[in-house]
Amino acid sequence: MSHSTSEPLTTPALVVPVPRKFRFDNRYLAPLFITCILLAGHLSYGILESYKKTALAIVAAVITELILGRIFFGKWLNLASAYITGISVGILVRSPAYWPYALGSVISIMSKYVLRMKGRHLWNPSNFGIAVLLFLAPETMAVLSIQWGNNYWSLVVIWILGSIIIWRARRFHISATYVVSFFLFAFLRAWITGDPWQAEVAPITGPMYQLFVFFMITDPKTTVRSRTGQCVVAFCVALAEFFLRLDQVVYAPIFALFVVGPAANLIEIWWDSRHQQNAVVAIS
Amino acid sequence: MTPGRPAKLLLVVVFLGLLATPLVIKHIAARRETGKSKLDASSALARHGLFFQEVAKASGIDFVHQAPTLDHKLDHIMPQVASMGAGASIVDFDRDGWQDIYLTNSGEGSLNRLYRNQGDGTFKDVAGNLGLADLNQAGTGVSMGAVWGDYDNDGYEDLFLYKWGRPELFHNDGGKHFTRVTEAATLPTWVNANTAIWFDYDGDGLLDLFIGGYYSEDVDLWHLQTTRMMPESFEYAKNGGRKYLYHNLGSGKFEEVSAKLGINSRRWALAAAAADLRGSGHQDLFVANDYGVSELYFNDGKQFHEVGEQTGVGFAPKSGMTAAFGDVLNEGKYAVYVSNISEDGVLIQGNNLWVPLEGTSGDGLRYENLARALGVEMGGWSWGMQFGDLNNDGTLDIYLTNGYVSADRSKSYWYDFSKVAGGNSTIIGDARNWPAMEGRSLSGYQQKRVWLNDGAGKFNDVAQAVGATDTYDGRSVAFADLWNRGVLDVVVTNQRGPLLIYKNTVAPENNWIDFELEGTASNRSALGAEVKLFWNGRQQVQTVSGGSGFCSQNQRRLHFGLGKNPQVEQVVIRWPSGRIQTIGNPSVDQVNKIKEPA
Repeated sequence: MSHSTSEPLTTPALVVPVPRKFRFDNRYLAPLFITCILLAGHLSYGILESYKKTALAIVAAVITELILGRIFFGKWLNLASAYITGISVGILVRSPAYWPYALGSVISIMSKYVLRMKGRHLWNPSNFGIAVLLFLAPETMAVLSIQWGNNYWSLVVIWILGSIIIWRARRFHISATYVVSFFLFAFLRAWITGDPWQAEVAPITGPMYQLFVFFMITDPKTTVRSRTGQCVVAFCVALAEFFLRLDQVVYAPIFALFVVGPAANLIEIWWDSRHQQNAVVAIS
Repeated sequence: MTPGRPAKLLLVVVFLGLLATPLVIKHIAARRETGKSKLDASSALARHGLFFQEVAKASGIDFVHQAPTLDHKLDHIMPQVASMGAGASIVDFDRDGWQDIYLTNSGEGSLNRLYRNQGDGTFKDVAGNLGLADLNQAGTGVSMGAVWGDYDNDGYEDLFLYKWGRPELFHNDGGKHFTRVTEAATLPTWVNANTAIWFDYDGDGLLDLFIGGYYSEDVDLWHLQTTRMMPESFEYAKNGGRKYLYHNLGSGKFEEVSAKLGINSRRWALAAAAADLRGSGHQDLFVANDYGVSELYFNDGKQFHEVGEQTGVGFAPKSGMTAAFGDVLNEGKYAVYVSNISEDGVLIQGNNLWVPLEGTSGDGLRYENLARALGVEMGGWSWGMQFGDLNNDGTLDIYLTNGYVSADRSKSYWYDFSKVAGGNSTIIGDARNWPAMEGRSLSGYQQKRVWLNDGAGKFNDVAQAVGATDTYDGRSVAFADLWNRGVLDVVVTNQRGPLLIYKNTVAPENNWIDFELEGTASNRSALGAEVKLFWNGRQQVQTVSGGSGFCSQNQRRLHFGLGKNPQVEQVVIRWPSGRIQTIGNPSVDQVNKIKEPA
């Protein structure tokens, strides 16, 4: 769910001709949005386990990013990415203990520095951190899976706002592809299992999916570069989730992205290096 | 600047170390759980100071709870919906000095039981003879639980039975018979209630009655008009049953005053308990709600003020299923325990142990959740619990039962459950949208918890070691000294399962003292009376309760463990009337019967 500082959510469409002093740095759009979601959700419905735990997750992510950025890039990195990672862990992790919040954030950030290939990190940081915690500490933590409140307005507002921001960031096609695919697979699952279709679409009405759709699968650094490729990856995430759900895996989207995201990146890296080799051969 | 190879290597090592951290934490936690293995009686006594032996059948009790069969529109999720009704309450209904057991049943046409303690180690069901058995007839709903209180101060405990259906009030006619007085008391005609307690909220010497609705009272679960009767949210639902507060007017008449006095909640109440948390002289009311936050009502004797969020207990929404008060730190203050749901990798709510925050009191009272710090957080799909000194060492312990639906061991309903539970209100709120359970378990076959308080701020689970080894779907827990031996025995009801009586054997070197109170200016049951005991430089406070835990009520008699060689300094009793009575050097190892002084 973290957006890379080296490739932020900045797009040409967002460079509107306004006076420089009023221009908004688009790297802060996503952090601002996720903070609004958090505040709206908490002030309306008290969604947080506690302020302290969320703060711990954010602080842990930010400090880790500062230290590792300084060591490995020789500079103080922009903290928008780390902030999103931290706040995502703070929202999504549900545990009575404190340590999963700190550990989840630290692991998430560190994964960007350790699990790299050809200068790219392979996993979406918070997806990696949360999936690892679910694997290794299921008795201590779970993932936010309940509604924020019980009416539609918050749901509609978040989906509309999220869509606008993702649209401005030119990543709406990723979210849209995933959502459409999810619904198609939900109806297919309902047909296969005989369960009510409402039960199959229920998860996407929850807050975990809002964060997943707007922040995780759209992360520029953890999906491929081409627009078509990004749509294919989003579809493949939904497809993997479909099979995981048939196997009754509760956190199917987290694990689907955990598998599909790096696989797509590796394929693209391999594809790029092959093209470069071909180019070198052609030149020589 | 490019980092060198050693820095990268160090980064990888640290990263791998962090990945291993959860496994290390798990390993350390497993090593600490010393009480997981079974012990024989003498080893358990030597190590933990107690041992349980399940003796229900040997004592003549063959009760097996039956669940209701609701409207066929709920067939696909029947085990999940028809999941309550096994209640237990303790009473000495005939004042013979022996604690009796009342059990609720929930199958249509099934019989409730009143097991009279015959004083020789056996029990005999007398419910039929006394008119308290056949209370689940079709069309009247089925029983969920019962609480006893002497509402007319005639010296005999009367019975209030709450149901998914028509609640009933029975007057105890001298321990010989019971007379149904529901209509005269002007109780509601239908409530889908899962909790009720007796308490004298205004201190007028007459017991009042709180009833907490679960499903909305306009829902007849046998004749559903709509399947949209489920909670509108898993953690924010406000479409449950209303609450009732019946003010006792005397002469067997009651007046419903909940709205007038500030109780307007429609959350899904599953448990309630009352105690004077602020030293105001009035009992405050705690309500644990399923699908939402708990509620705490400060009571000034004339009005109730909901302060859940303000005090901290109503901040994070969970699935509250029990509520009980206990002075777990021997500070003369009540902590509140609320049970919730924890299932590995799916839903980790953790149970709550709300302890008064240091330096707060009175109207500024605040609570912090110390369940994790004290080791009483993880109890599976937790239901009923009670506080009590199970090994007479001078500190309050916890018995907690758990388990939701134990069906096919190899198949779990959790995936489907979590799928819908996270859905929007239009989905979760309609029973039709819930996938069929098809014989699958949902947090079934769970191990119970017997958390012993070490007196130094930690509880240790010794359930398996001391003989609490059943894995039924537990619901109510009630404590009573069933054999008048100066120990707390444990009564556990199980949904669709047998009643269990864990007879407690306690290390004989530990002493005890009991108090049996009788009000005069206060209500005669002395519900709400508070006993503060000072001994060996320690103190502990307990209150006489008109219902606590989940669908349960302990014996009215208060039991204090004292440990070895106790020197009891004094006992301070604060009666509901406001009178303070101090007794110096009371006798230990016996029941002290105390009447409120004129």
